[in-house]
Amino acid sequence: MGANIRQLEDKANEIRQDIIKMLVHAGSGHSAGPLGMADVFTALYFGVMNYDPQNPKLPERDRFVLSCGHICPVWYATLAHAGFFPHSELATLRKLGTRLHGHPHNEVLPGAENSSGPLGQGLSQAAGMAYSGLYWDKKPWRVYCVMSDGEQQEGQTWEAAMFAGKYNLRNLTALMDRNNIQIDGYTEEVMPLEPLRAKYEAMNWTVVEVDGHNIQEIIDACNRAKAIAENPTLIICHTIPGKGVDFMEYRYEWHGKPPKEEEARQALKELRTLGGRIRSEHE
Amino acid sequence: MVKLADNLFSPDIEQAPIRNGYGEGLVILGKENPNVVALCCDLVESTRTLEFAKQFPERYVEVGVAEQNLAGLGAGMAHEGKIPFVTSYAVFSPGRNWDQIRVAICYSGNNVKIIGSHAGISVGPDGATHQALEDIAITRVLPRMTVLVPCDAIEARKVTIAAANHKGPVYIRLAREKTPKFTTEDTPFEIGKAFIYREGKHCTIAAAGPQVYYSLQAANELSKEGIECEVINLVSVKPLDEQALIASVKKTGCVVSAEEHQVTGGVGSAVAEALAKNYPVPQEFVGMPDQFGESGEPNELIAKWGMDSKAIIKAVQAVVKRK
Repeated sequence: MGANIRQLEDKANEIRQDIIKMLVHAGSGHSAGPLGMADVFTALYFGVMNYDPQNPKLPERDRFVLSCGHICPVWYATLAHAGFFPHSELATLRKLGTRLHGHPHNEVLPGAENSSGPLGQGLSQAAGMAYSGLYWDKKPWRVYCVMSDGEQQEGQTWEAAMFAGKYNLRNLTALMDRNNIQIDGYTEEVMPLEPLRAKYEAMNWTVVEVDGHNIQEIIDACNRAKAIAENPTLIICHTIPGKGVDFMEYRYEWHGKPPKEEEARQALKELRTLGGRIRSEHE
Repeated sequence: MVKLADNLFSPDIEQAPIRNGYGEGLVILGKENPNVVALCCDLVESTRTLEFAKQFPERYVEVGVAEQNLAGLGAGMAHEGKIPFVTSYAVFSPGRNWDQIRVAICYSGNNVKIIGSHAGISVGPDGATHQALEDIAITRVLPRMTVLVPCDAIEARKVTIAAANHKGPVYIRLAREKTPKFTTEDTPFEIGKAFIYREGKHCTIAAAGPQVYYSLQAANELSKEGIECEVINLVSVKPLDEQALIASVKKTGCVVSAEEHQVTGGVGSAVAEALAKNYPVPQEFVGMPDQFGESGEPNELIAKWGMDSKAIIKAVQAVVKRK
């Protein structure tokens, strides 16, 4: 927790550069979501969660469940920076024999609790873990579940939301990547999701909204969730898809494709000269 | 030869729904293993999860009518070392939540037991929507999945207990209607094993579920016309005891498969796959002929759609001519 916020901003920038390198090398994969979530992942892994990369199955670790498996490049890069596996392994993304599959597989990926890809499944698994920890094992560890906004269109998400609300799973914190895009366009045009806050509140969740690029704000919201003893917390992280790369930002066209060589060079140039454009100071 | 009920063909043989055996087994497990937990989707009584819920309320979780969440929760709880029995009707689980079972349970390596009750056409009056006739096919095809189809309530209890002691995902198929309790406490059961319930040299009948009893009835009748059938209980549909099956057809030269399931993808298909690559013989398939069911009394439906002892007799008569 003691990490200086400026250092974390630099870390997020490095993770963004890794994402671009990984994607261009792999030749396929998702760009916008991973770039948009770099600050949230940095906050979670370097400012919030308890874990030991040398002992990924440490019983008292906090559980991290990625529901929207397609944004895994940001997870992989973060895990490498956190020391779960060698940084050089990032170059194997989506290649034969890799541990870094196109969508994450828990049995080979150090630090992964679940496999994901088909949308809407993560919150149920996170709720199952949280229920076990809270009611049966009575342990203090927490469960963090990252989901996309698009997967709020999956019915299972709401089944799980109802369950977590009914059973007051206060040890569960869900973080939603509210970037407003999905493959076919803007979420509110494809299938409107709002009012998301009211929907979750109606199911007995505490809902907090943050600037998903403000690392301090994300850490503060996670800490606040720890202090709430009544019910689960949803942190709606308002993010910009493709954040940090001008020609990707806000564009749903970059949801599901990697940059080409020239685009990657341009993106890396922008990221290297970003120079603190993504800042966490409170205004 | 295994020990079966003494009054095997008596009209007053004791009857009980196969699902009852699951309920009894679950209570035994509750006492023996603190990690066993049960989840159900608003069907706690009819799936026979109720007694466990009463005796171990702190280990029973009501999920509501949400089968996708049921599978996901089970995965998350198994991840924490629990042995979740996730229970609903087979048409809903594994019917509705197949993707969750595939990814969150099988692919992720989670030790979840999936209990599909009210399987088969013998659900009766509820009609086609509630008659699971595809569940064996969709679970059998999943890597790592074990598929168990007990033939009576006694075997269902043994199957339930064995499932908890087996590490890995298991699907157990249960039926609603009362059927004869024709096995005994001493009748053997083991995952991965098939059991010969009657020896014979003219035709093998490989069956699972209530059709095992119908097969014994059929074999009894056929014996009167000089056709001696070997009846095998394929309770462990996956992994299938190929050795036992091959050994039997080497002796008999033909096989009839019998199940309360579509003839595509189920027990008959498992038998055909095993024999085609090892020892191909003529096979007739007793099961649902690629159709949806309808409302009616269980015995009426079993007869109309050809999954009773009469249908098995016909199939045996046909297959022995093809040898």
